Amino acid sequence: MASVSVPAERPRGLLRRPTATTGFWSWVATVDHKKIGILYGVTAFAFFIVGGTEALLIRLQLAQPDQNLLSPSAYNELFTMHGITMVFLVVMPLSAAFFNYLIPLMIGARDVAFPRLNAFSYWAFLFAGLFIYSSWFLGGAPNGGWFGYAPNAVVDPTRGMTFYAIGLLIAGIASTVSAVNLAVTVINMRAPGMTLFRMPVFVWMGLVVQLLLAFSLPIITIGLVELLFDRRFGTHFFNPAAGGDPVLWQHLFWLFGHPEVYILVLPAMGIVSEILPVFSRKPLFGYQFVVFSGIAIGFIGFGVWAHHMFAVGLGPVANTAFGISTMIIAVPTGVKIFNWLGTLWKGDIRFTTAMLFAIGFIAMFVIGGLSGVTHAVVPSDYQQTDTYYIVAHFHYVLFGGAIFGLFGGMYYWWPKVFGRMLDERWGKVQFWTMLVGFNLAFGPMHVLGLQGMPRRIQSYPESLGLTFWNLVSTIGAFTIALAVLLFLVSAVRSFRQPKEMAADPWDARTLEWATSSPPPVHNFDEIPVVHALDEVWHRKYAETEGGRVVPVPAGGSGEPGHGEGHAIHLPGPSYYPFVASLGLPILGYGLIFDWWLAGVGAMVTLAGLYGWILEPSAE
Amino acid sequence: MATIEHAAVTEHPTSTGLPNTKLAMWLFLASDCLLFGALISSYVLYRGASLVGPYPNDVFDIPYTSVSSFVLLASSLTMVLALSAIQRGDHGRLRIWLLATAMLGLTFVGGQVYEFTVFAHEGLHLTANLFSTTFYVLTGFHGTHVAVGILMLLTLLSFSFAGRLPQERAETVELVGLYWHFVDIVWIVIFTVVYLIPTGSGPT
Repeated sequence: MASVSVPAERPRGLLRRPTATTGFWSWVATVDHKKIGILYGVTAFAFFIVGGTEALLIRLQLAQPDQNLLSPSAYNELFTMHGITMVFLVVMPLSAAFFNYLIPLMIGARDVAFPRLNAFSYWAFLFAGLFIYSSWFLGGAPNGGWFGYAPNAVVDPTRGMTFYAIGLLIAGIASTVSAVNLAVTVINMRAPGMTLFRMPVFVWMGLVVQLLLAFSLPIITIGLVELLFDRRFGTHFFNPAAGGDPVLWQHLFWLFGHPEVYILVLPAMGIVSEILPVFSRKPLFGYQFVVFSGIAIGFIGFGVWAHHMFAVGLGPVANTAFGISTMIIAVPTGVKIFNWLGTLWKGDIRFTTAMLFAIGFIAMFVIGGLSGVTHAVVPSDYQQTDTYYIVAHFHYVLFGGAIFGLFGGMYYWWPKVFGRMLDERWGKVQFWTMLVGFNLAFGPMHVLGLQGMPRRIQSYPESLGLTFWNLVSTIGAFTIALAVLLFLVSAVRSFRQPKEMAADPWDARTLEWATSSPPPVHNFDEIPVVHALDEVWHRKYAETEGGRVVPVPAGGSGEPGHGEGHAIHLPGPSYYPFVASLGLPILGYGLIFDWWLAGVGAMVTLAGLYGWILEPSAE
Repeated sequence: MATIEHAAVTEHPTSTGLPNTKLAMWLFLASDCLLFGALISSYVLYRGASLVGPYPNDVFDIPYTSVSSFVLLASSLTMVLALSAIQRGDHGRLRIWLLATAMLGLTFVGGQVYEFTVFAHEGLHLTANLFSTTFYVLTGFHGTHVAVGILMLLTLLSFSFAGRLPQERAETVELVGLYWHFVDIVWIVIFTVVYLIPTGSGPT
C-alpha cells in the first residue's frame, strides 16, 4: 500500500506515528480525505436521524390542538436543538463530506492541501456536536432558537444557551479551518491543465462556500463571544438596562446567518449541476453563467441580512434597501434554474434516482424561492414574519433544496465511494415517498401561516381551526421518516453486493470517474493532465463534423489501469489532530463548570498542536 | 531533522506558484479581519452610550499607551530583521531578532496588563458599563492575538536552538511574520479608534 511507503522514521514525541490502514485506529488517525469524507457523511447522517426524531416529536405535539405531550420548555428545547442540529450538524457537515471526498478527485489531486488540518476539522466538528448534545444531561439543552436572540438568550436561567454559544464556537473553529484548507486546495492543488474554468461546477460552488464560511463565521464568532461574556461574566453587550442594544445580536447573527443560507444550499446546487448533464447526456447549459451566478449569490448574500429583521423597526429606508437587495439576489438564482432547465431541454434523459432527486430539487427549490420573494416585499413580510409561512419557506429551501440535492449526490456518488450501487428500485420508491411526504409536511404550513399560526408556540386551541392542516403536516413528517428508513435499509443492503464496480458506471463527465471505484488511497496512479471542461467525457467521445457524438476508439476509454502506486509519497496518519481537537470541548466544559478544567482543555489542545509540529513530517 | 529538510525541498509545485501555507495564512488573516471588524464595530456602535462612568477620558493615559504602541510597532521591524537573517542563513542574528520581537511583544502585553490593572483600580471593571465591556473585550482579544504570536515566536526560537529551523524553512518565519505584522496593523486601527478619537467625558 502506498501509505506504508513512507520511509521508516525515528519516532519523536509521545505517540508513535500510526501506521495501521484498516481497523478502528486507522479511522481515528486517518488523514485521507476520502476516509474523512466518509466520517463526515456517517456522522452527519447520524445527527440527521437525531434531528429528524426531534422534528417528529414536535409534529406529534402539534398533531392535535391543546395537547400536552411536551411541556412548553421541552418544546422550546426541541425546536432549538432541531434547528441547530439540522443547520450545523447535518447540512453543513454533509456538504463537507461531499467536498472532502470529491474536491481532490475532481481537480486531480492526491489529497487536500493540509491533510492533518482536515482531520482536525472533522474531530472538532464531532466534538462540537457531542458537546451541544451533552447539554441535555448537564443542565438543560439550548432553548432560545437556533438564532439565539438576545436578551432572551442572555437572561435564560438554564445552562442551555451557554452550551449553544460554546458549542457553536467549537463548530465555527472546525468550519473555519476546513474552509481555509479546502479553499487552498481548490486554488493551489489543481492537476496540470485544470484551469479554473475547466473545474466542475461542484468544485466552483465548493470554493464559493469556503470563502463564504471564511468571511461569515468570524462575525458570528464575535456574536457568540459577546453572548458568552454577557452570560458568564456579566458584561453588557446586549443589556438594554446598561444602554446595550439587543438588536446588535441580530445584526451579527444575520450577517452570518444569511450567507449561511447559501453555505447550506450552494453545495446542493453544485451537486445538481453535476447530475443533470450526466443523465441528460449533454454538457451543462451555460456553464459560465452557472459559475458566475454562484459567485454573484455569494457576494450579494452578504448584503441581504436585514430582511430577517423587517419587523424589528429599522425604519423604512433600511427595510426598502434590504427588500430590493433581496429581490436582486433572486436573479442569479433564477439564472441557475433556467440553466438547469436548458440542460434538460432535448437531452437524452435517464430517470435514475439521482436524476429524480436533482429534478425534485429544482421543483421544490423554485417553490421555496418564490415564497422567499414574497418575504422581500416588506408589508407582506410584516404579515408573514414569525408565522408558519416562514417555516414552510425555509423548509422548501433547506429540505426541498439542500437535502434533496444531497440525497441525489448520495445516489450518484455511492458507487464511486463504496464500489457498490444503491438499489434503483428502492431508490425510486424512496424518492416518491419523500417527495409526497415532504409536500404533505410543509405545503400545509403555507396555509397555516397565512391563517396566522405563530411559530415556536407549543400548542394551539381548537377554536382557531388549524387542526386539519396540522394533522396533515404530521402525517407528512412521518412519511418523510419512512422514506429515510427506506434509504437506510437500502444503504445496508448495498453492502451485501460484491465490491466490483466499474470506474464509470454512469457514463459521466468529470475526473473522479477516471479512477477506480472506490479510488485507491493515492486517488490516481498518474496525475491526470486536463485538456477540457468535462475531461472524462472528451476522453470517451468525440464529435463528428455533422455534430454527432461518437465513441473514441480503444485506448481512450478513460478506464484506469491498476498500478500499485509504489513511488507515491502520501502523508502518514496522525493521532495529533484528534488530541488537539479533544481539548476544545474540555475547555468548553471548563468555561461552564470550573476554571481548572478549562486549563486542562487548553493544555490538551496545546500538547496536541506541539506534538503535531514536532511529528516527523511526511506532508 | 533530515526528514524536515527533505520535506521542504521536495514540495510539489502549486497551481498558483504560491506555497500552500502562505496562501492559507493570507486566507486566515482575511478571515481574522472580519473578527476584528465585528469587535471594532461593536465598540464604535457603543461609543458614548455608557449610562454610568468611568468614561474613556477618566481613565485613558494617552502618552503611556502611545509608548507601548510604539514598542509593538517596533517589533515589526525586528520581525523583518529576523526573516532577513534566516534568509541569509545567519542563525545567530535570527535568534537575536526572534528574541527581540518576542520581548517587545511581551513588553506590550505586560503594559496592557498593567494598564488594565490601573483602570480596574479606578473603577473600570469588566462589567462597569458599556465602555468597559467593549473596551476590555476588544483590546483583550487583540492582546490574546499578541500572546499567541509570542508563543509562536518562542517556539521558533527553541526550534532554531534545537537545529530544527534550517535556512530552507525560512518560510515558516515568514508565515509567523505575516501574522505578527497583521496583529500590529490591527493595533494601529484599535489605538486610533479607541484611544485617539475623542469621545468626551460623559454620555453624549
